Parts: sequence; C-alpha cells; structure tokens
Amino acid sequence: MKLSFQEVVKRFGDHTVIDRISLELDGVHCLALIGPSGGGKSTLLRIVAGLEYPTSGVVALNGREIEYHDEALLRHRRSIGTVFQAFNLFPHLTALRNITLPLEKVHGKSGDEARELAEGTLRRFQLLAHAHKRPAELSGGQRQRVAIARAIAIKPQVILLDEPTSALDPEMTAEVLELIEELKREGRDLLLVTHEMGFARRLADRVALLAEGRIAELGPAEQIFGAPESEVTKGFLRRVLKY
Amino acid sequence: METWRDLILAPGGARGETSPPTVAKVLNTFLALFMLIGAVWLSLVKLNYNWNWGSVWDYRESLFRGWMMTLGITAAALVLSTIGGFVLALCQRSFVLPLRYFAKVLVEMVRCTPLLVLIYLIWYGFGGVFGIGNDYRFTAGILILTLFEGAYISEIMRAGIESVGKTQIESARAIGFTRTQTYRYVIIPQAFRQVLPPLVGQLVSLIKDSSLLSVIAITEFTESAQQVSSITYSNLETYLPLAGGYLILTVPISLWSRWLERRFKYET
Repeated sequence: MKLSFQEVVKRFGDHTVIDRISLELDGVHCLALIGPSGGGKSTLLRIVAGLEYPTSGVVALNGREIEYHDEALLRHRRSIGTVFQAFNLFPHLTALRNITLPLEKVHGKSGDEARELAEGTLRRFQLLAHAHKRPAELSGGQRQRVAIARAIAIKPQVILLDEPTSALDPEMTAEVLELIEELKREGRDLLLVTHEMGFARRLADRVALLAEGRIAELGPAEQIFGAPESEVTKGFLRRVLKY
Repeated sequence: METWRDLILAPGGARGETSPPTVAKVLNTFLALFMLIGAVWLSLVKLNYNWNWGSVWDYRESLFRGWMMTLGITAAALVLSTIGGFVLALCQRSFVLPLRYFAKVLVEMVRCTPLLVLIYLIWYGFGGVFGIGNDYRFTAGILILTLFEGAYISEIMRAGIESVGKTQIESARAIGFTRTQTYRYVIIPQAFRQVLPPLVGQLVSLIKDSSLLSVIAITEFTESAQQVSSITYSNLETYLPLAGGYLILTVPISLWSRWLERRFKYET
C-alpha cells in the first residue's frame, strides 16, 4: 500500500483533531495507528476511508489522490473495506445477506455470483454454519468476523480496521486477531487502529503514534516498541504497558 | 387448581414480572366488563328507561350502510394517510429546506388544531375547490382525515427513522450505499419494525375520529345513527349499537397493535 498525507488538517468547530499531518509510506502492508484516546487515530482512519472530509490538505492512497466530494467519495468507499468497533452488521439481515447485499447492489454481482462469493468467504473463516443466523444470534467475535468477511468479499484495495476488538472480551479478541493475522499472511494491505499493543507489535510493519493530532513518532514496530525516540511515545508506552 | 389469591393477585407481587394464569386473565376481564355494564344497567333501572328496540330495528339497514361508509372512508384514509405520512416524514428530513420546513409547519399546524375545527376550516375554506355538494362530501371527508391522521403518522414514521442508529447509517456509507440505497435497504426495513405497532394503534384513532365527519353531513356511521335517532325518538337504542359498531372495528385492531408491540419487543 502507498499512503501519502500532505499537511492534512481536520477541525471540528474550534477543536483541531488532526494538526498538519504529513507522511509518505510505500510498500507498507500493515500500518498500525496507536496512541492515547482523542489523539486523532480514528479520525485519520476515517479520512482515508472517505467518511470524513479533511479541512485542508491532500490525501492519496495507492498513488491516487482522494477527491473529497460526494460522487468521487462514493466510488472511493466502494474500493475499500472498513470495519468499525461494533454494530457493523445490519441486524435485520442474516450473516449471508449482510455480505451479499453490497455485492449485489453496489458491485453489480448477480445473485448467484454474490452468494457463491459470500459462502466461499464464510467457509474460509469457518463461519458457514452461521450463514443463516442474524447478528443477534452470533457472538461478538463471530459478528466481527462476519463484518471482516463482508469487507474482504468486495476485494478492496485496502482494509481499514477501526479498533476492531475494543468491544470484545479477551477470548473473542483472540479469535478476531487471528483472523486479521491471516489476512496479513494472505498479503492484504491493512490500516489498523488498535489498543492491542502486543498485536500491533507483532503484525504491523509500520507503527505511527498519534497524540494531540500529530504524529509523535513513525517507524518500524521494533523501533517504536523496542527503542522509542520520542518522549511522547515513551510516556504513552510506559502508561499502557504498566499493567 | 388456583387458589383465590392466584386469581386476584399477579404472580411476583407488585413487581409483576410474570404474566398471570389464563383463568385469572379471563375471569378478571369478565369481572371488569360485568361491573361496567352493571353500572350502566343500574342507572337505567333508576331512570326507568322505556326501551323501544323495535323502531330502531326497522332502520337497521340504514345503520349498516353508515357502518359500511365508515369502513370505506377509514380504509381509503388509512392507505392515503400512510403514504402521505411517509412522504411528509421524508420531507421533514430533506436537505431541501423549503420542503423540510413546509412539512414541519404543516405537521405542526395540523397536530395543534382540533379535528372538529380542521373539518370546518377545510370544508368551508376549500369548499370552492371541492365544490360544496353531496358528490364531494365523501372525497372531502377522506381528504380531511388523510391530512389529520397523516400528520400524526408522519411523526410516528419520523421517530421510527430516527430510531435507526447512526452506526447503521455509518456502516451503510462505508459499504458505498447511496442515500437512496441506505433508505431502501437499511433504514426503512429497520424503522418498519419500530413503526408498525404505533401505526396500527393510530388506525384505531382514525376510525374513531371519522365519527366527527358527521358534522359536515357525511352519512357515515355516527351521522346515520343520529338520523335514525331523530326519526325514531330513541336514544340508547341507537347509541348503544353505535358504540358496539365502533368497538367491533377498533378492539381487534387495538389488540393486534399490542400483540405486535410484544412480539417486536421480545425479538430485539
């Protein structure tokens, strides 16, 4: 994945959430965004996802500049898989229908094609037995795995994961993290906002620490977790790794 | 076998978490009906009311025609006000501001005006458009009811649409649904479950409210009863069947609405 930010600013009213972030990444397969809450991680991800407009600046993904107007964003979102913390799935539809609906209505697949694709994805994630259940009948971990299945079924250029395990208990967290690790092994490009430091360390080839809307430090995982240079990073890691 | 305690006290005491046994439900329903009917009956005995069912029975066909007219008017108004209410609810959320505020002002004005006043206003105010005359009474009645109930239904639907969580709309956006697709595949199916029980409940109001159309001489059920009453000089002999005729329509619908409410509550 190629990702470029030039002087990107995002303000909500008087509050500056992203404060002139610039970065250039090339050949990165998994970028993890870590940092304190309110530091701007999720907003950064949502700007890449085309769900939030930057106040100013230029963002480019895989060499193509993201145009922030409705029509172009619609196309952009369709080329990306986004998974949120919770409530990704539509509660009135079965797991299978949750996956086939966007394939049919957004990506123009026929009913049969969509079902085949969806079933294939569910089978690979050992979720086929749950295909005809509604989200309320699934565990939290299963729900997130179906949401990830829905995101990858459309063959996205990159998968964005916004704290995908924050709403889960440890056992379900493990089940979802395993799946994400498998995606990485398949060579898919991931952008991940997470509070799971161990996971970020193991999985990410680049880690960015965001605090107060700026990138405090950006580097390989070994550097960020092994020998951090910035005081902000050191302080943050000290706090989160204490317990 | 239940003891008398089980028949008059709900299990679990004041917390009342569990439903009472069926025998107790039936018994207490009949007890309540018995007391209500008993009170009316005692009062009539005291009045020494002179019953004259025979003369009203001669006009049963006219009463039945009125009842059918009420059924027709409410059925038509139901369909139209549901469609109208839905369109108004969408308009209230439109990003075209004149449309949004037109819908908001209309809904608020109609909801804050008594139906009786609204009937007079529209009947006399827009008479020029309808052309006051017998041919148009039926249409005018349907339109007045549609407007009045449509305003309430639009509020029910707006609440239903707003009950669909922001996260759902966010999910739909992330997938790449257009605004229309988001409504069609995400918002409306979910809002429908929220809206159905109060919508059915509103139908009960619609049927009852239609009785006010008698003031502009539409020969629906109430107006027919009034005519029969004045011809036969009988009061209770016409008004008791009148109440019964409305209850036949409204009670099943009201029970249906409660049933829908329970069913959807347990599912989610």
